[in-house]
Amino acid sequence: MAQVEVPPAVVEVELRPAPPVDMRRALRLGFSGGAAMVLVAATGIVATFQERMVIDPILPLGLMFLYIVALAFGWMAGQPPQTLEGFAPARVSGRNYGAGTLAGGLAGLCIGVLVILMSVFDLRGVFVELSPALQSILTFDLAVPVAVVVIAAISAVAGALGAGIHALPTRTKKTLLPALTWVVIFSLMTDLFGQLFTGLSLDWLTTRLYPRRGGPLTITGAVIVFVVFLALHWYLSGRDTSMRQQVSAMPRRRRLGVRTAATGALLIVLYFVPQVMGPFVSQILVTAGIFLLMALGLNIVVGYAGLLDLGYVAFFAVGAYTAAIFTSPQSPAFTPQLALIAALPFVVLAAAIAGIMVATPVIRMRGDYLAIVTLGFGEIARILLNSEWLSPYFGGAQGITNIPDLQLGPFHFNTPQDYFYPIFLFVIVAAYITLALQNSRWGRAWMAMREDESVAEAMGVNIVTAKLSAFVVGAILASFGGSLYGAQIGSVFPHSFDIVVSITILVIIIVGGMGSVPGVALGAVVLIVLPNLLREFSEYQFLFYGVLLIAMMLKRPEGFIPSKRRAQELHQEEVAQDAWLEIYGEKGATGEPIPEGKT
Amino acid sequence: MALLEINGLSKDFGGLRAINGLDIHVDEGEIVSVIGPNGAGKTTFFNLITGMETPDEGNILFGDLNVVGLRPNQILQLGMARTFQNVRLFPAMTVLENVMVGQHCRTRAGVLGAIFKTPGQRAEEAIIEEKAKEVLSFFGTRLAGYRHDQLSMMLSYANRRRLEIARAMATEPRLLLLDEPTAGMNPRETVELTELIGQLRSERGFTIILIEHDMQVVRNVSDRVVVLDHGVKLVEGSYDHVSTDEKVIEAYLGRPAEREG
Repeated sequence: MAQVEVPPAVVEVELRPAPPVDMRRALRLGFSGGAAMVLVAATGIVATFQERMVIDPILPLGLMFLYIVALAFGWMAGQPPQTLEGFAPARVSGRNYGAGTLAGGLAGLCIGVLVILMSVFDLRGVFVELSPALQSILTFDLAVPVAVVVIAAISAVAGALGAGIHALPTRTKKTLLPALTWVVIFSLMTDLFGQLFTGLSLDWLTTRLYPRRGGPLTITGAVIVFVVFLALHWYLSGRDTSMRQQVSAMPRRRRLGVRTAATGALLIVLYFVPQVMGPFVSQILVTAGIFLLMALGLNIVVGYAGLLDLGYVAFFAVGAYTAAIFTSPQSPAFTPQLALIAALPFVVLAAAIAGIMVATPVIRMRGDYLAIVTLGFGEIARILLNSEWLSPYFGGAQGITNIPDLQLGPFHFNTPQDYFYPIFLFVIVAAYITLALQNSRWGRAWMAMREDESVAEAMGVNIVTAKLSAFVVGAILASFGGSLYGAQIGSVFPHSFDIVVSITILVIIIVGGMGSVPGVALGAVVLIVLPNLLREFSEYQFLFYGVLLIAMMLKRPEGFIPSKRRAQELHQEEVAQDAWLEIYGEKGATGEPIPEGKT
Repeated sequence: MALLEINGLSKDFGGLRAINGLDIHVDEGEIVSVIGPNGAGKTTFFNLITGMETPDEGNILFGDLNVVGLRPNQILQLGMARTFQNVRLFPAMTVLENVMVGQHCRTRAGVLGAIFKTPGQRAEEAIIEEKAKEVLSFFGTRLAGYRHDQLSMMLSYANRRRLEIARAMATEPRLLLLDEPTAGMNPRETVELTELIGQLRSERGFTIILIEHDMQVVRNVSDRVVVLDHGVKLVEGSYDHVSTDEKVIEAYLGRPAEREG
C-alpha cells in the first residue's frame, strides 16, 4: 500500500560556471543610489549633521551618511549572484569591484549634477535645504568642475569598498563589520554610554572615549572601541559551535542547570538595569515596556487570530481611565480611591466588557471591513473621553489628574526606575500567556480562523467565541499597560490615546515579527527605544521609519525575528528546497540509510 | 435506519435553482456516491447539509434532529464532517495542528485553562495529540514522522487531500462527506484511496457520502449511487443500474443527434 519513494540518486555532475555579475543591474543601482544620495542631501541631513562628528575631528556624520549610501549601493551591485543548483559558487573577481565602482561612481555623478545645478540656479525656492552651506560642504570648497570629479571619485571608491565586502573571508567579515558598527553606535549614543559608565563607576572610560563631556568620540576612543570589539567578535566567530548548540547538546540535567543559571543571571542584570541606567534611560525603558505589553496583546488579536484591529488604543484608554477613576481622588464622578492593585480586577472587567463590545459587531465581518470598524471604535473611544457630554465622568479634555503611585505593601513606586520592575513583570506575564496560548486548543482555533474562517467554522470552531475570546485577551493585556501608564504619568488625558498609538503598536509587531515574542520585543526596541535614545535626529525620525518600513516589506516581510512558521510561509519555495536537500541530499550523499518514516 | 433523511430540499441563487426539491436518505453504514455533470448541484448539496449555506425549503434530518438553521460548527458537533473539492486546509499550520483542530469540538479546555496549565487541560492536550497521531497513522507512512511538523502548504496535492480526510476523521463524525477525494491524484494513488474509503467504513464505522467523478472509484466503493442534474435527482440505485440508465447517459453525453434523412 505505502509506496516507497526512491530518493534521487546523487550523481557527480560537472558544475557550470556561475553567471558573472550583471553590469546592467549595477547601472540601474547606480542611478537609484544617486537618487538616494540626492534625497539625503536635499532633505538637509548632510548640512544638519555636518557639525556632528562621528569620530572627532576626521569624520563628520553628514558626509559619512552621504557616502555610506554609495557604499551600500556598491555592495548591492557587487553582490555575486546566488549559487544555484548545478552551478559552481560564484567567485568575487575584478568584475565585482567594477560593478561596485560603476554603481558608486554613477551615484556620485548624480550628486555632481546636483552641485552643478546648485551653482547655476538658485534651487532654494523649491528645496529649502539646498543652501550655499550645503554647496560648500559637498564641494569641499573646491571649484565646481574639480569638485564633481572629486565627489565621483570618492563615491566610486566607496562603491568599490562596498563590493569588496563580498571578497572578505567570512570570519573577517563577521569581525570587521560588527566592530565598525559598534564604533558608530558608541558615537551616536554618547549619552547612553556616558550614563552606563557612570552607573558602573567607570567614569575614567568616559573621559577616555569622550574627552569633552557629552561630546563626540575621539580618534583614540574610536580606536579603543574598534579594537575591543574586534577582539570580542574575533573570539566569538572562532568558535565552531554557537553557545545555543553547545547547551542543547548537554545532557538533560546539566542543560536544565545551565538554563536556570542563565535565567537567574538575566534576572539579576535586569534588577540592576534601572539603577545603572538612571532616570532618563529608565523612563525610555518604561515607555517601551508599556508598548511591548500592548504589542504582545495585539499580537494575539492580529498575529494569532488574524483580526486586524486598528483601534487597539481604545483598550489602552479603557485600562488607563478605569484605573484612574478607581484610584484618583480627582476622579469627577466616583471616587472610591482604591489602591491600584485593588482596582486591577475592575480594570480587567472593564477591558473584558470593552473587548466584547468591539467584538460583537464584527463577529460576521472579515479582513478589511473588520479593520475599518475597529478603526472607528478607536476614534469613538477617544472622542467620547474628550466630549463635554461625558466630562462629568471622565473629565473631558482636562482628563483625570492626581492618580496616586503604585503601592505594594511597603514598596512605593515613584521614579521611572521603580516602575521598571512592575512593568517588566507584566511583560513577562504577557509573554508567558502568548506562549502558553500558542499550543493550546483556543490558540489553534484562532490560527485556524486566521487561515480560513469558514472552514474553521465547518471544522467545529465556534467563530463567535473565538473572536470574542481573542479580543478579550488582547483587551486585558492592553488595559494592564493603560493602568500602569496612568499611574506612572500621574494623569490621563484623551489626547494620549490617539490613533498613532494603534499604528505604532501594529508597526512594532509587523517590523519585529508577527507571532514571535522575541520579535515583538525587538520591534519595541527599534521603534520606541531607539528614537528616544537618538533624540538629536528626531527631525528625521519619520523619514527613517518610512525607509525602514519599505526596506522591511521588500526584503524581510516576516519581520526581524519571525516566528518559524511565518518565515516558512513567506519564503515557501526556499524552505521547500532546503527541506528536500535535508531529507535526500545530505543523507543520500553520505550513504546513510534514510530514517524510518521519511519515505 | 436512516442516518440522514432529506425531504424537499431547495436552494436558489438569484434566479438559478441550484437544488430543486431533492429527497435523499442515507442509512447508517452505507456508502452513497453522488454523481452528476458539472454544475449539477453536488457541492451545493454538501454546503446545504453541513450548514455552510441555508436551504430555502426542505428538511434535513440527521439522526432525529432537523439541522436546518444550525451553524456549521453545531452540525459538525452532531457528527457530520466534510472535505472540500478545492482542498481547504489551514496552510500555515502544521500537519499535526490541522488534525488537532479537528478535535476542537470534542474537547473543552478554555483560554484560562491554557494559561494556568491546569491538570485537566494538560491531560486533554495529550489526548488531542495522541488522537491526531492515531488518525494520521490511518494513512500509513504518507503523513507520518517528520511530516507531522511540516506546514500543510508544503504537502503534495495528494497528501493535502489525505490530510483533509484526516482532519475530518479527527472530529469523530458519524457521517463523512467526501467531495471529490481523488481529484488530482494519479491512478496509483486513486486505487490506494479507494481502498482507504472502504476501510473508513469497515474499520472506523463511518457512514460516507461521496462526490466523485472517477467512475472506477464510484463502482468500487458505493452501495448506492445518486445521480444529480440541474439540482434534481435523476436516478438512484446500484452502479450497474445507474450506469446503464438512458437519462444518465443523456445528462452526461447529451442526446444523440437526430439523423436527418
